[in-house]
Amino acid sequence: MPDTAWQAKDLLTIRGLEKGQVELILDTAESFREVASRPIKKVPSLRGRTLLGLFFEPSTRTSSSFEIAAKRLSADWVSFSSASSSLAKGESLIDTARNLEAMAPDLVVVRHGHPGVPRMLAERLGCSVVNAGDGAHEHPTQALLDAFTIRRSKGRLEGLEVAIIGDIEHSRVARSNIHLLLLMGARVTVAGPRPMMPLGIEQMGVEVAFSTEDAVRDADVVMMLRLQLERHGATRFPSLREYFEVFALTEKRLAGAKDDVIILHPGPMNRGVEIASEVADGPYSVILEQVANGVAVRMAVLYLLTLRREEGE
Amino acid sequence: MTLLLRGARIVDPSQDLDRQTDLLLADGLVVQLGDAIEAGEGVEVMELAGKVVTPGLIDVHTHLREPGQEHKETIESGTRAAAAGGFTAVACMANTEPVNDNRSVTEHILSEARRHSYARVYPIGAITKGLRGEELAEIGQLSAAGVVGISDDGRPVESAELMRRALSYSRHFDLPVIQHAQDMALSGSGVMHEGAWSTQMGLPGIPGVAEDAMVARDLLLVELTGGRYHLQHLSTERSLQLIQEAKGRGLQVTCEVTPHHLLLTDEAVFESGMSTDTKMNPPLRQESDRLALLEGLADGIIDLIASDHAPHHPDEKDCEFSDAPFGIVGLETTVSLCLDRLVAGGVLTLSRLIDLLSCRPAQVFGLEGGSLKEGSAADVTILDLEAEVTVDPRSFLSKARNSPFGGWQLKGAPVRTILAGRLVEP
Repeated sequence: MPDTAWQAKDLLTIRGLEKGQVELILDTAESFREVASRPIKKVPSLRGRTLLGLFFEPSTRTSSSFEIAAKRLSADWVSFSSASSSLAKGESLIDTARNLEAMAPDLVVVRHGHPGVPRMLAERLGCSVVNAGDGAHEHPTQALLDAFTIRRSKGRLEGLEVAIIGDIEHSRVARSNIHLLLLMGARVTVAGPRPMMPLGIEQMGVEVAFSTEDAVRDADVVMMLRLQLERHGATRFPSLREYFEVFALTEKRLAGAKDDVIILHPGPMNRGVEIASEVADGPYSVILEQVANGVAVRMAVLYLLTLRREEGE
Repeated sequence: MTLLLRGARIVDPSQDLDRQTDLLLADGLVVQLGDAIEAGEGVEVMELAGKVVTPGLIDVHTHLREPGQEHKETIESGTRAAAAGGFTAVACMANTEPVNDNRSVTEHILSEARRHSYARVYPIGAITKGLRGEELAEIGQLSAAGVVGISDDGRPVESAELMRRALSYSRHFDLPVIQHAQDMALSGSGVMHEGAWSTQMGLPGIPGVAEDAMVARDLLLVELTGGRYHLQHLSTERSLQLIQEAKGRGLQVTCEVTPHHLLLTDEAVFESGMSTDTKMNPPLRQESDRLALLEGLADGIIDLIASDHAPHHPDEKDCEFSDAPFGIVGLETTVSLCLDRLVAGGVLTLSRLIDLLSCRPAQVFGLEGGSLKEGSAADVTILDLEAEVTVDPRSFLSKARNSPFGGWQLKGAPVRTILAGRLVEP
């Protein structure tokens, strides 16, 4: 098996990646994309490799996507969720890491409710670590699959106008996408209710808007975020009905966007809260393509990191 | 025992003194200060040319963790750390287990402290029983047992009504009410300063206004009651302005800042890769706050520097940032940090620094020391302004290692302390 052109041990954040690294992942994903259309959806690239999924926070979509990606690469995939992990029994994260290390995995995929946990593990594990979402910090593979989806649709990322709308404060998807889109030369506007707009967000290099109409004006891409009901007290907005009335993406509000605008959503969607069904299911929606592309992008990430070229070689 | 300190530069702001001269200590007191003191029979002489001698330094904000949390620190290990760090006295906060909210706990702390002669220990009593913020502690009895102030530190007194009564009742005993000012509803589940860095890392923030709002409320209550109020670890520009305004109107208000709020900002949380040694409460603030604090030090609004020495066991800190306890140690880094970054750094004169670390703490809390006038307690700190040190938490005498300053190269260090006329051997 040849070494890949990838060198970094871990994929923890989009912040800090170089353009060439993003392009390598997206190009590699392109080559894995057709595997899904084969009758036998499997390549032998990671045969005999052990990949661990550690999901300290509930996840259906992301964990399934990683699992399918691993299996399509012929890797052995084992995953733990918080309910069955020893963390529930009071073991410290550090001890969990030491125990995992002893099982000699080639790569660990970790999702955790607290920012920084993937990095903590990466500093203590010899194997690769992939961040599958850490609190409201980053979710790099989601941003990569979003970029992949946009690139396939628009043929480019550079120069695009992208609006990211909704609960910016609690969104790791927003943060990773901001870093990635700016890195690749897109322009980004974030929008949402003022009580969910985090202080100093403009210092990340984005424009800030406070209405959905303003944000989507002339947009090439509109990315709606899930309203993270589970992370909110009742102090950020009065009711779901009002959220829909004031902020949701509807056909009418979409009128100011470019004619060929595409709509993304990282899922799971709250229909009738942040997005109207007519938009989610409408002709501009690429939401299900995102899900399909997610597998290809994660195959690329698992492949590149597991078979990375050791630095200095 | 008689000790003659000869040839040092003696810096004592309590008598506007900064010159090379001699100091004679005997029977626990300063006996004589002046040029060319003769060493009589039986007098031990220390030749200190090139060194600096100051009134013993006092840290009015430490957590010694005893009783109840001896795995973090003990009175013995904490006072040894104090002595190694140049301090001859510390005040220790009431958030022990059990809480120091009654005289038997105070007496226990004082009796433990007497067994270890590394530094004087001044207990701070609780404002409310169990720090629960519901009922006043027996402040009169605490005062009789020897506390020098009252504080629910770690937790603010949330109820305005209770704070009003505490400020009023404590006047009978002339004790300062020492507040950790934080509106808990505004700070919520925050773990660092709310601003551009918390936004980028997706960490829940503690806004500066959580402190400001509480300080503003407290100052109105001070005005109403005529109480004495000491604001702990002031961290924002706005609360500094509030304190300045209150002082201008003659309220009995004092405040302290910590070295870490003077030298670090919230960017350190990012730069350190979310090291839990950058997590404390109040959190490291933004650069504009830090600069305002430095100005407040130089122009005299800030009364004193205290470390908020908050030891934790390494296992407690070696975890996710969000789950880690708040707090860092400071007893063994404060003096070098201040000498290097504040005095050598041109923010303060050495004399002003000693005022902040010794004279003012003694005045504000009514403690012994803080002066080398004849007849004062013979508590002395000896400094070497030329010593080069690299901070190494593994070498701390404190039980804890949780410092964000590991690896910092600093010029200027404490050499020895003298407590009641005796050299301390930490």
